[in-house]
Amino acid sequence: MIATQRSGTGSMSPSSRSPSGPYLTVSVSDPAKMGSGVQAYISYKVITKTNFPEYEGPEKIVIRRYSDFVWLKDRLFEKYKGVFIPPLPEKSTVEKFRFSAEFIEMRRQALHVFVNRIAAHRELQQSEDLRIFLQADEQTMERARSQETGIFKKKPTDFMQIFKDVQSKVSDVVLGKEKPVEESNPEYEKLKKYLFQLEDHLAETQKHAYRLVKRHRELGQSLSDFGKAFKLLGDCEGNGLGKAFSEFGAKSQILAIKLQREAQHLLMNFEEPLKDYVRAVQSIKATMTERANAFRHHCELAEAIKFKEIDMNKLRLTRSEKLMEAEHEYEQLKADGVEATGKFERIVRTMNEEIVRFQEQKTLDMGLAFHEFAKGQASLANGIADGWRSLLPKLESLSSS
Amino acid sequence: MMEHMESLTLNDDPSSSSNGSKPFFDDPLFASSQFVEIPTDDAGDLPSPQQKQAPIPSHNSILDPPSYAEAVFRSFDSDHQVDSSDINGHDHDHAGLESRSFSSDFLRISVSDPLKEQEVSGSLVPGGSSYFSYLITTFTNLPEFNGTEFNVRRRFRDVVALSDRLAECYRGLFIPVRPDKSVVEGQVMQKTEFVEQRRAALEKYLRQLAAHPVLRKSEELRVFLESHGKMPLTRTTDVASRMLDGAVRLPKQLLGGESGVGGADVSEVAQPAKGGRDLLRIFKELRQSVANEWGGAKPAVVEEDKYFLERKEKLQGFEYQLSSVSQQAESLVNAQQEISETMGQLGLAFVKLTKFETEEAIYDYQRTRAADMKNVATAAVKASRLYRELNSQTVKHLDKLHEYLGVVLAVNNAFSDRSSALLTVQTLLSDLSSLNSRIEKLEAVSSKIFGGDRSRMQKIEELRETVRVTEAAKNCAVREYERIKENNKNEFDRLDKERHDDFLSMLKGFMVNQAGYAEKIANVWETVADQTREYMKN
Repeated sequence: MIATQRSGTGSMSPSSRSPSGPYLTVSVSDPAKMGSGVQAYISYKVITKTNFPEYEGPEKIVIRRYSDFVWLKDRLFEKYKGVFIPPLPEKSTVEKFRFSAEFIEMRRQALHVFVNRIAAHRELQQSEDLRIFLQADEQTMERARSQETGIFKKKPTDFMQIFKDVQSKVSDVVLGKEKPVEESNPEYEKLKKYLFQLEDHLAETQKHAYRLVKRHRELGQSLSDFGKAFKLLGDCEGNGLGKAFSEFGAKSQILAIKLQREAQHLLMNFEEPLKDYVRAVQSIKATMTERANAFRHHCELAEAIKFKEIDMNKLRLTRSEKLMEAEHEYEQLKADGVEATGKFERIVRTMNEEIVRFQEQKTLDMGLAFHEFAKGQASLANGIADGWRSLLPKLESLSSS
Repeated sequence: MMEHMESLTLNDDPSSSSNGSKPFFDDPLFASSQFVEIPTDDAGDLPSPQQKQAPIPSHNSILDPPSYAEAVFRSFDSDHQVDSSDINGHDHDHAGLESRSFSSDFLRISVSDPLKEQEVSGSLVPGGSSYFSYLITTFTNLPEFNGTEFNVRRRFRDVVALSDRLAECYRGLFIPVRPDKSVVEGQVMQKTEFVEQRRAALEKYLRQLAAHPVLRKSEELRVFLESHGKMPLTRTTDVASRMLDGAVRLPKQLLGGESGVGGADVSEVAQPAKGGRDLLRIFKELRQSVANEWGGAKPAVVEEDKYFLERKEKLQGFEYQLSSVSQQAESLVNAQQEISETMGQLGLAFVKLTKFETEEAIYDYQRTRAADMKNVATAAVKASRLYRELNSQTVKHLDKLHEYLGVVLAVNNAFSDRSSALLTVQTLLSDLSSLNSRIEKLEAVSSKIFGGDRSRMQKIEELRETVRVTEAAKNCAVREYERIKENNKNEFDRLDKERHDDFLSMLKGFMVNQAGYAEKIANVWETVADQTREYMKN
């Protein structure tokens, strides 16, 4: 279950490599600017190749925009609690207006990776929302998308959560409890701590990786200017020395281009995977919040059941008419409690599986990123060495003249 | 940051034990790769007089023995001794310059041992002030000198005196420009940095003089290097007396008591008016130069040498482009420095991440990832160090550009020698012509007076005497002008040849440097690429 390809063309998930078995591969490509001014946005071509029975096969092409991807992510996050939903590239408010080619390409690649990770995930690939995303026509998609962003800025679940938060805070205060209820699971605590620290380390690494990209660009620029200046010097010099200057200047400019290319390669194949890793950790943190919510809900219900029982017994003693009603509510609460506990335990189980999958995937992702990094640097260095070496004989012949 | 980096390096890499700031020969990375690095500090580094030339070390290229590229470079080096030392830049001032034109004679100068000394007496500042003196050590086999090894203590003031004397006596030559007088007070003088900078600048300047075919044999240099005691001050350096003398003279000149030229010392015309004490002469030449520019008539003698004018123009173009190249060179060096630092920081971040993953590992995936990261971290740290070393050598190679900006200054000085000498000739010629026309007029008038006009006759005689003196002065000035022109021409030829050689060797040195280090950096990353090759299979 690894999506490792980063090219613009379709990718193959290993779990469905053989054409005879079931397969689902997606590509995100051909970014195109749509609309104008403030309304402008980028649309992407999403090509699905599959033999899944629910899907229109073997190939379907749809046009999607960034907010469609966001819709998909939100839906999956809602439905598949406990699963580490693949991260999306950031919403960008400023750069949207600039739409630089680099930004668009970085986003396209990240979206491509996003969809492919979903398609390669055992559970997520079964999602109906995924099918809608990959297959539905634009009107249906737009309708689905706008349903989510209704009158309320916040989703219904958010509201419920806020309500519950208030509720539990009140009950906490009433019951004399100050701290929010948390799991006391040492392994889980360790995992939480690990993830928080990991994010810090990764963020720092990514920061330096991005700076390294810039340094390559700066070195390329100054080498190019250096070469230009030498060419001008050669022009006013004439004869052997002038020729030497011109050739030297020309070679500098050629090597400067190599530096710019490597900067780009470094960005897409090393820095972006690191950024993706950071986002992945952030996505896990979101899942951890869901788990905490589920746990709290389960605890609250357990509390409520206890109190209901006390109430019931009180009513039983006083032989009140309200007893029937209370017993009814009690049964309801117990059923809710079972459901909540079940949900929570499902999340815990899922997360345990997910964490293993995550560690494996990241080792492979990083391994590839390191390989690309090393390959790119080696290739650049060799190019520079070859470039200068090839010029030396010419200079040699000029110095003897 | 460097030390931090070293201490966090995880594996058994030998470089992890070293302190980044140690001299190059202690650095294990050096030991294992046998770089020949350019020594950063030449102070006190005096070769024995027995050695004619610094011996070429067995690894005179900057690459490892087994490298293919090194074999290629070696074939260049063995042909031409100059290149090898130039590539390394090792003791370039001496080895490179010397082997250029002189076969077996040498003049090696070193400046060392700055000492703070007290001003003895005659100081205008009560309580005494201090200054620094430097030990000037010379090894030579030139016959002009009285010995083969000797040293003297000199202060900066002496160097200024030397420079001024050379400027007087060798007009027209491209005389290396001396280091700046910094107008700093006692405060800054204490700083060791300043003193070290000055020491290095003095050394460079003296070595440049020693490399000049004419100046190295000059009496002025010899006295500076050999003789103890104060450097004899020349007339022109003594500002106070200059002003006084000039003021004393002027009334006499205005009263017509003296000849127009300024004293019986006709050969004074061999010196430029500016900086001299002859204010009247200065006024006259200034008037002449204005007349040249704005006057209708062309002066009798003008700069006609087309060849000279062409070369002058070319040099101006060269100067302009050179300063642009020099600026870009600085940017390049900065960019190389930055990439080295960022690569190092990236390596450091990966080291921390590796440690973290290793400590917190629960799954084998994490341990594998940590191992991969360690390789990347090590490579990044190594690459950073290589970039840094590359850059320090790049600086030394490209320093030639800055040096030549100084050469251009020297050339411009030589040009102004020439034009001021021409101006003197023009002034004297116009003096002569006005004197002669006055004589004519007087003769015309007095011939009409019967019996002669005693006072006028006397006047005519005086004028004729002035003409004779002026004529002699003019001839002297013309000789001087021709001499300077000859100097200019010879120096131009010398400059062209030296420039050709110097710049080619600079370019070659730069390129060999870049290629060599690029090769090493490539090796570092190829190792990591191999170690992570399996991840491509997916």
